[in-house]
Amino acid sequence: MFAWLKKPASETQITHGQRLWLYVLAVIIMVLLVTPTLIVIPMSFSDSQYLEFPPRVWSLRWYEHYLSSPEWMLATWTSLKTAFLTMLVATPAGVLAAYGLHASQVRFVRAAFLFLITPMMVPLVLVAIGVFYVYAQIGILYTLFGLVLAHSILALPLVVIVIGSALKSYDMSQENAARSLGAPRWKAFVTITLPQIRFAVVTAALLSFLTSFDEVVVAMFVSGGDNPTLTRNMFNALRDQIDPTIAAISTIMICVTTFLMVLAQIFGQQRAAKD
Amino acid sequence: MRSQDSDALPISIRGVTKTYGAVHALDDVSLEVKSGEFITLLGPSGSGKTTLLMVIAGFTRPDCGSLKFGEREVIRTPPHLRDLGMTFQSYALFPHMSVAGNVAYPLKLRKLQKAEIAERVEKALETVQLGGYGDRRITQLSGGQKQRVALARSIVFEPRILLMDEPLSALDKKLRDQMQIELRHLHEKLGMTTVYVTHDQREALTMSDRIAVVNKGRIMQLASPRELYERPANRFVADFIGDSTFLPVERSGEQVSYGGMPLKFVQAPPDTPTLALMVRPERIVLSSEGPREGANNFAATAVEVVYQGDSYLLHARLDDGTLIALRGGVRGASLSALPNVGDKVTLTLAPEDTVLIDGSEA
Repeated sequence: MFAWLKKPASETQITHGQRLWLYVLAVIIMVLLVTPTLIVIPMSFSDSQYLEFPPRVWSLRWYEHYLSSPEWMLATWTSLKTAFLTMLVATPAGVLAAYGLHASQVRFVRAAFLFLITPMMVPLVLVAIGVFYVYAQIGILYTLFGLVLAHSILALPLVVIVIGSALKSYDMSQENAARSLGAPRWKAFVTITLPQIRFAVVTAALLSFLTSFDEVVVAMFVSGGDNPTLTRNMFNALRDQIDPTIAAISTIMICVTTFLMVLAQIFGQQRAAKD
Repeated sequence: MRSQDSDALPISIRGVTKTYGAVHALDDVSLEVKSGEFITLLGPSGSGKTTLLMVIAGFTRPDCGSLKFGEREVIRTPPHLRDLGMTFQSYALFPHMSVAGNVAYPLKLRKLQKAEIAERVEKALETVQLGGYGDRRITQLSGGQKQRVALARSIVFEPRILLMDEPLSALDKKLRDQMQIELRHLHEKLGMTTVYVTHDQREALTMSDRIAVVNKGRIMQLASPRELYERPANRFVADFIGDSTFLPVERSGEQVSYGGMPLKFVQAPPDTPTLALMVRPERIVLSSEGPREGANNFAATAVEVVYQGDSYLLHARLDDGTLIALRGGVRGASLSALPNVGDKVTLTLAPEDTVLIDGSEA
């Protein structure tokens, strides 16, 4: 242990001992970041009628309650459907957009890129309000279609950025080579470019799934009726009756999200390792 | 000598212009490449040589002009239907495929039978001396091997035209010299019409049947390596190919003189408003016994003597102030007879080596 403290931590001869304060700070920050999220996990296994920490009696009753509630099941189903469809819409659209921006030589590429990522920069509530009024006008409020469309708008910037950065380290002359060898452009893209950015595509798909699955603000405005999302119902339940079902659902959502994030990380690493 | 001459195609480029904004990347370029010829586009970076290659390949659409492969007009044909082999500066190999996968790619696109693909891939790899390398991954190859795979891939479908964009620029000098000779032999064997792009003048001189020197979007001169070196059309070409010093000369009638001294020359000077005398360092000679009868003699002062192993370089100042370079052999006694800095020397230029060119700045 003490020997480790005296070992250099980097090329610059700084030892782990000299860096100790940095490690402690990093741990404190991580704990602060994660604790509020993790605290719901023990709460979800409580037998109490109310949210309490730490729980006095353990039980799985709130998981049972969640799984046997038609309302919660409908919301879960809606969220999963929406997230999946968002992924199917945003990923191809974003890949094509990023590719177009990368390959294009026109002058307003930069402007087009900024335009595409505005949904990420504009406050979410503004997007939600705007979408709400547009949807009310054209009559697709509270439909699955509308919700998927709105979430795709939010997911698109992520896909464009992830794919765009992958294409930056990709040698486009490979595609030219394929074309000179007899491949039409679409075929050159599918057989040469796409396989080499596949990890980025998977990462982008997972992120767009998560964008939709975790999203609450837009969902508050445009989901509901037959198509309430899980996040929307959770928010309403918190407002109306605080019972530990929320904690149980949160725990499940944390598991799903963490799992997908880990997947995205793994694919991201493979991408890095390949370069 | 060339076994497949009948299969090669001539390329005819007429009046091709390409502008980017106000810049003329190509300015009314015309070029006839003969069937089976190895032609090099040589020029500094930004001269338009790569743009011209990209026009031939179909990746750049010119503003106007005509491009024919044989009798076929292809200016509007997309790259994948032009049926030409091309190698790229970065090799552009597909890292997600094996060596054999790369070479088989154009054959698979042409929907050949599996057995035939395997056979032709192996044959192409043997042609570039990589027989048995089919299963290797691209990342396992050295630079020279990558270049060979790229070459095999571009010739495996027997295109009648081969385009090469600075294929050797990423290799170290020894390997580059070796590959130059190899490419040359390969060209003789396969006989494809070849358009080669480089900024390396020695490479161009070594490999080409003819060289087109490109500058500012125009072809300055199209000639054989020897003619280009010995009889450059203008100062740009003379300066770009080899080293040279230019001396101002005056013409009066048939006579051309430098600093009042009439010059002896063999080749008639070009019919241009101004002339310049081109002096190559390896053609001008240091005379140990003073002015020589029957040659052009220049009085000068030695400024610097540099020993370079295989030769020496002498910088001398002519009486009019022009600095002139002279390269001499280091065999035997010539080394000990080298002048010291400040010595008066006589430089002589034989009439056959007295080359008068267009004196205007191109």
